[in-house]
Formats: sequence, C-alpha cells, structure tokens
Amino acid sequence: MVLALCAGMVIFVLAKAWPSFASNGIGWFGAGEPDTQLGDIFKSPSAPSEYVYEIGVWPLLWGTILTTGVAVFLGLFFSLFTAIFIVEFAPPRLERLLEPVVRLLAAVPSVVYGLIGILVLVPFVANNLISDERKESVGYVTQLTGASWSVAALVLTVMIVPIMITIIVDALRSVPKGWIEGAAALGVNRWRIMWTISVRTVRPAIIAAVILAAARALGEAIMISMISGSLSFVPQPVDGLTFFFEPVRTLASSIVDNAEGLSVIPFGQTIYAFAFLLLVSSAVLSWAGWAAKIPMRKYGIRP
Amino acid sequence: MSLPGDQTTYSGPPPPVRRIVVSEEPTIVEPPRLDPSAPAAAVTGAPLTRRSDSLPASAIVERMRTENLRLYYGDNEAVKGVSLPVCRGEVLALIGPSGCGKTTLLRSLNRLTELTATARREGQIFLDNEDVDRIEVTQLRRRVSMVFQQPNPFPMSIFDNVAYALREGANRKPRKSALMEPVRQALDRAGLLAEVESNLDHPALRLSGGQQQRLCIARSLAAQPEVLLLDEPCSALDPKSTETIEQLIVKLRSEVAVVIVTHNLQQARRIADKVGFMYLGDLVEFGDGEQLFSNPREARTADYVAGSFG
Amino acid sequence: MSASLTGGRTSAVESSRTWPLIDRIMLAFCWIAGITACVIAFAIVAFMAYKGLEFLRPNLFVERPNATFDQSKSGGFLDPLIGTILLTTMGTLVAIPASVAVAIWLTEYGRPFGLARAVESAVEIIAGTPSIVLAIFGLIIFQQEVFGFLSFRAEGGSVFGRSFFTAALMMSLIALPLIVGATREGLQAIPSHVREASYALGKSKWATIQRVLLPSVRPAIGTGTVLGMGRIAGDTAIVVVLLGASLQIQGYGDIPGLDILRGNGGTLTSYTYVNSPAGEGAAPDKAYAAAFVLLMISIGLNLFVSRLARSGKSASAAATR
Repeated sequence: MVLALCAGMVIFVLAKAWPSFASNGIGWFGAGEPDTQLGDIFKSPSAPSEYVYEIGVWPLLWGTILTTGVAVFLGLFFSLFTAIFIVEFAPPRLERLLEPVVRLLAAVPSVVYGLIGILVLVPFVANNLISDERKESVGYVTQLTGASWSVAALVLTVMIVPIMITIIVDALRSVPKGWIEGAAALGVNRWRIMWTISVRTVRPAIIAAVILAAARALGEAIMISMISGSLSFVPQPVDGLTFFFEPVRTLASSIVDNAEGLSVIPFGQTIYAFAFLLLVSSAVLSWAGWAAKIPMRKYGIRP
Repeated sequence: MSLPGDQTTYSGPPPPVRRIVVSEEPTIVEPPRLDPSAPAAAVTGAPLTRRSDSLPASAIVERMRTENLRLYYGDNEAVKGVSLPVCRGEVLALIGPSGCGKTTLLRSLNRLTELTATARREGQIFLDNEDVDRIEVTQLRRRVSMVFQQPNPFPMSIFDNVAYALREGANRKPRKSALMEPVRQALDRAGLLAEVESNLDHPALRLSGGQQQRLCIARSLAAQPEVLLLDEPCSALDPKSTETIEQLIVKLRSEVAVVIVTHNLQQARRIADKVGFMYLGDLVEFGDGEQLFSNPREARTADYVAGSFG
Repeated sequence: MSASLTGGRTSAVESSRTWPLIDRIMLAFCWIAGITACVIAFAIVAFMAYKGLEFLRPNLFVERPNATFDQSKSGGFLDPLIGTILLTTMGTLVAIPASVAVAIWLTEYGRPFGLARAVESAVEIIAGTPSIVLAIFGLIIFQQEVFGFLSFRAEGGSVFGRSFFTAALMMSLIALPLIVGATREGLQAIPSHVREASYALGKSKWATIQRVLLPSVRPAIGTGTVLGMGRIAGDTAIVVVLLGASLQIQGYGDIPGLDILRGNGGTLTSYTYVNSPAGEGAAPDKAYAAAFVLLMISIGLNLFVSRLARSGKSASAAATR
C-alpha cells in the first residue's frame, strides 16, 4: 500500500507535469524570468492548443541551491561541533539542558521561524545592514528590502541543525568504547580522540546527516517564501557585499506562492513540474542518506 | 574438482566404490603413548615449564610503585590499600578471581580510571619516583601504555593503527615514509611483521583475533612506552596466538616493565617473575612466581592456586 | 567496570590547558556552538512568549476571524484553532492504524524480503518528501472524479479537491514515517524469547501480535503519534494548498458535521502565515499571538513525548526526524 502510494505519487505528478517539461525541453532548466513567464502562462488562452508553457527555471534552481547549500554548509560545522560538545565536553548539567533544546528547535513550526524572520530579522537587516547607497546601487534591477537569500539561509540553518545534531550525536554515542579507551591509553587528548577516532568512525553518519538535512532544506516552502523576498532574482556573487542582500525564490516557495492558480491548466502543470523536480530530488536524497549509513554497520554500529 | 590437465592424462578405470560395512566392529583408536622420559605436565600437575629463566638482578630496575592505593566506585571500595612495585626486567602478574580489583588496579596505573565518572582514588602511584598526578595525563599514558582484554584496533589500516600514537605524539605531522621504519619495528617486536608485511594498507579489523591483539601490542610499543599494562590480553584468543603473545611478553620484559592481569593461573606460572594474588580488593600475597605457586604463605592463596575456589 | 569518555566526565582531572593550541581552539568552537544553540532556542521562546503574551487576549480564543485591515475588528482565531485540532485528530486517526500495520508487517513478517526492503525505502522516501510536494500530490489525486465525495465541486463542475478530508489524508502521510519508525523500534526492542514464550504456549502468530506485542509497544506508538501530531499541527504547506487556508471554516453540503469536513478552513499555521506581512499582512499582532499558541502546542507535545519516553521503554531517538 505504502509502496503503491509512493509509486503513484511519482507517476501522477509526472503525468501532470509532463506538458511543461515536454514543451520546453532542456530549456526548462535554463535561464529565464520565471516570475513574468509564470504570469504569461497564467494568462494563456483557454484553448488547449494555445497554452503557453515557456519557462526557464534556472533562477528558481539557483535560489534553491544557494539557500540549501549555504544552510547545509553552515549547519554542518555548527552541528558537528555541537554534537561533539553534547557527547563529550558539555558538563552534565549543560548536556541535560542541550538535549531538550535541540528537540525544541526541531519542534518549532516553520511558520514561527518565518514569522520571526519577517518581523524581526528582515527589518533589522533592512534598517541596519543595508545602507541607502547600497539600495540605490541596485535600484534599477531589484529592491533590497532586507528579505534576502542570506537571511533565509540563516534561518534555514537553524531549522535543519537539529536533524543533523540528532543523527551525529546518536552515531557518536555508538562508537565502541574500546576504541576510545584504546586511544586514551596511548596518551591522546580528548579532543584528538573525538576528532581522529569518533568523528572518523561516524563519517557515514555525518554524510547521511548532511544529505537528509539537504532534503529537508530543499522542501522548506513557507518559511523561505516569507523571508527570501520571493522574487525570481539571480543573485550574482560578483556584486560583492550586495550579493548577500539580494532576494531569491526557491522551487518550493514558488509552489506555495502560486497555489491559488493551480486550476488554470497550463499554470498548474508548470507548478506540478516544480513539484516533480522537488519530489525526485528529495527522494534521491533520502535514499542516499539511508544508503550512506550502511558502511557503519560493518563496525557493528546501528545508526 | 580436478584440474583440466588431470582429465587428459587420466585414462584408467574409475576408482572403485567403497562399501561401508555397518556390521563390522568399530575400530578403537589407542590413545597415543606418552614418552615416559618427557615431563607429562598437563596430566600430572607437575610444575609447568617456564618460558624462560629470570633475568639477573642487575637488569631489574624499579619503575613504578603504588603506595597504599585505594580505589572506589561510588561507595564501593574496589582496591583496598595495595602497595606494589613494578620493575623493568620482570613480568608482574596479577591473579585472582573475577571482580577482585585486578583490572581496576591496572587501569589506575596510567590513570585510565579517571575516565569513569564514579571512580575515585586514594593513595599514591609513582613513576620513577614522581607522583603520577603531577605528570600531565597524556604524557603519563604515553609512558605507561595499556593493552585491553578485547582487541580494539581502530577502524583504519594496519599501518595507520600502528602509526596512530606516533602521529598523535608528534608536533608536526610526520611523513608516511618517515613513519615506515618505526612502524615496521613495532610490528616486528610484536611478532606480527612477517604476517602483515605485504598488506600494511589492509583494514586492521579484517585480521584474526590473535593478530588484532598483537597489532594492539604493536600499537602500544610504537610509542616506546616504559611500562606496558596488559589486561587479560589472551582471554579472547586461541592457544596458538596465546603462545605467541606469551613469548612476546617474556621477550619484552628486558626493555619495558610489564604488568599483566590474568585469570589463567597456568599462564601466570608460565610467564611471570613476580605474582600478586588479589582477593576482594586486597593484595593477599605478593612474591616470586615460583614460590607463590609451589609454596604459598597464605591459606587463601593456597586454596586459590589449588583450584578450590575462584 | 566499563569506563567511558562518552558517559563519564573527566573534565575535573584532565585539563585542556596542556593541549596544543589548535585543539584548544577547536574545543572553544565546541563550547561556542553548544552555547549558541541554547541561546537561539531561549531567544526564540522568550521572544515569542514576550510578543505572544503581549497580544494574547482570552477573547482571541472565542472569536471568529474576519478579513479586515482594522486589527480591532478582525476577530480572534477560534476557527483556525478548531481547524488545527480537527486536522491533527483526523490525520492521526488515519495514520495510526496504517503505520502500525506497516510496522508490524515489516518487523514480524517482512516477507518477501525484496518487498519489505522496498516498503522500507518507500517509508524513508515519504519521510523525506517535502510537505509541499505531498500537498501538490494530494491535490492531483483528490481532484479526480472518484474522490468527489471528499470535497466539493466548484461552479464549473470540476472537483475542487480541497477539504479537511483531503488535507487530513495527506497529513497522515507526514505522521506515518514517525509512527512507523517508533513502532518498529519498540517491536525490535522486544526480545525474541518473549515471542517464543508465546508460541510455546500454543498461541498463533496473529494472537501473539495482538495479545503480547501490541500492548508492549503501546508506549512506542504513543511516542510516534505525539511526534506526528506535533508535525501535523506545525505544517503549513498542506494547509495552504489543500485546505484553502481560509480564515473561517466554510462548510459545504447540508449534512451537519460532514459539511465541515468536506469544506475549507485554516489552521493556526495558515492563520499566522496569512496575517504576517508575507500574507495579507493584516494583523501581525494576531500572528504573534497565534504563533505563540502554536509554539506552546509544539512544546507541550514535545514535553509529553519526553515524559512518555522516560516512563515507557520506547526510544525517543526519532524525536527530530
């Protein structure tokens, strides 16, 4: 049943999305102006033969990759150190405090993160970090409202860190004690033991954590739609500091933003195509995350 | 399964089918006759042959000493006031029934007991007349190394296992080529080099149990420790590997002070120069191996050595 | 006698003062990361509590929301609150039997092997699928003619596909992997001699499952369910796409009770979303209040899980998955 559901999900979404892929070909992934193009698709004539499908989703892809990548990258360091801290260095009282803290961070609904982001962080960035000159310098292409990909990535980091911490902590705790004692008996200090033995042993779990966190970050829609600016803009790293304040839109957030118009057939099909891409990538990622943990079983560790 | 060559050369008739006759009387195999001139050690309980003679007194140097050492787990006193010398040139064996504090005592010698949250220590331990609490703990453990009951090679290659302590001990990362010589030396001292020489890059976890344990010894030796603590190193091993390791221990005693905890009385008898018998946390008797086994002073020692309890 | 670095503490004895500089820097990073995590969590809770309590009024709980820009007239969040409760209950009710069945089949039968593996990874994939994709998928499915009875028809006669029914069905998929995971862990924790003892008494496999295994994994199922409820209550994407995210619950049809389930509505999450500047932006104060209530629900469910995990034997390892 579950299997049928899974297969059905892929097939149905693909079937619905196919016209959009088919009429654009490889250009579907190419550069474009998704915001205006979506508008054109929405307004396309009602006769099936005159449907407009033209779209290039690169800006959305770029937004997704940028936010996810940065969030996962930041999250990896943060969660690795936090996990080591929890497992090894935290005084018992702090350790008892940290575990509920991590669970709490995981339990906060994304809309709450979004709310804090849009009502606190975005105005803060807009008022304090972006100077007026900077706003004017790019005024002819986009507005810097503070809602930007870097704020979104930052909040996204906080959202995915608990997943990673949990996976890494579980793995670190399951490292055989004999190895740790053995290293201690050789006169290696506690940090080096953690780094050279434990972290080394749980590398598969760390990879799994990264992958699963990436899958979660990819699909985060509401929060990103609230604080990333939701404009299909392509931030250019060459813009220097301004780069960090430029808005983006991700695949997932464009689905939420456009949920109203799904009944317009070509428009819906285009949105379904976004969903299909997300579905495939998250499925591949979760499968990969599951597979990445397999090497640890040969040490007798059940992650 | 036959080689292709056999099929071409073999042209005779097929080999006869042997009938198994059920009604025939079974053949009873005679037990092998023992050579009367050889000492039938295992059968009669006569003194076992020692692996080697004691070293001359000049080669024996005291390295470590415990004074009135007491160890607690919570409120439970595991070691009750033990004073012991540990000397280079002698193998010191600690024997006694399970749970009598042997391992705890051993672990305290390089302060590994500190890894247990509830463990507490009283009394003093000296290494070369210096209180071990005054020695920085990683330095101490580099000088006083330990091999555990379960072989615990790290999940890396054989080479990396042995080089681990060297790499961690060095200030700057040494090159692999610079490490090759000490690694080979350590493996050689542990009697493992011949077996693994050609595949130093193989994962250590794929070795057999006996090889793993010798690898662990080599790993400890690579850092040139001054005292080697062995916690029942042979309890998980087959007789063949046990013999190799025993010979290794006897050979090592001239260079490092060796303390071995063992359950196995015969093993203590085979390799130890000095034996301490512990019972319920007390050091009941300490003395020369030969004397303690053949002529114990304490009644409890005599009972234990004779096998009436434990 | 087992000593461990991970369980025990040696900080009192082994001092990091003698470590090489680089190791000490890394240790400092560990402390910074750990403390930062605490600070962020407390900042979120404290800020939400501050804002939430500032704007939370008892009347918010009993007044129905209105779409107006005047915050004093836009009412409370009675409907979204009911929506959250309704959706969570329905989603969980669907998810529990399905996921317990899957978990039992996987651990107790698990044959043919290949199929079991496939189901296992399917559950894994569902767990990893973003809820927005689930929502879209639900929309595609429930807009089919067959499922017309679950929602209502738009003017043109096409099935609308958005209702409490459809949203709850998709929500159950969010809870499913959590309950399956917790139940499986619970089942695997039961030693095999318990099963053997039951067989030895002449019970059939099914009777064993029913009488012996199910009662003992009840705490595990509970843990998974509560986690799933937290996830459902906190999800926004499905509400926006599949429930319409309207302010008020709009019944459809003429059978009392059923009309609500076939109709549209919203939850606290969508209420927060709609009232934030990202939505209509009508009432940030009320968004704060609703978000605070939402946060309290999540934290409450979480505390409940820890309580369950402590009292029962079930592991709470799946807590954040």
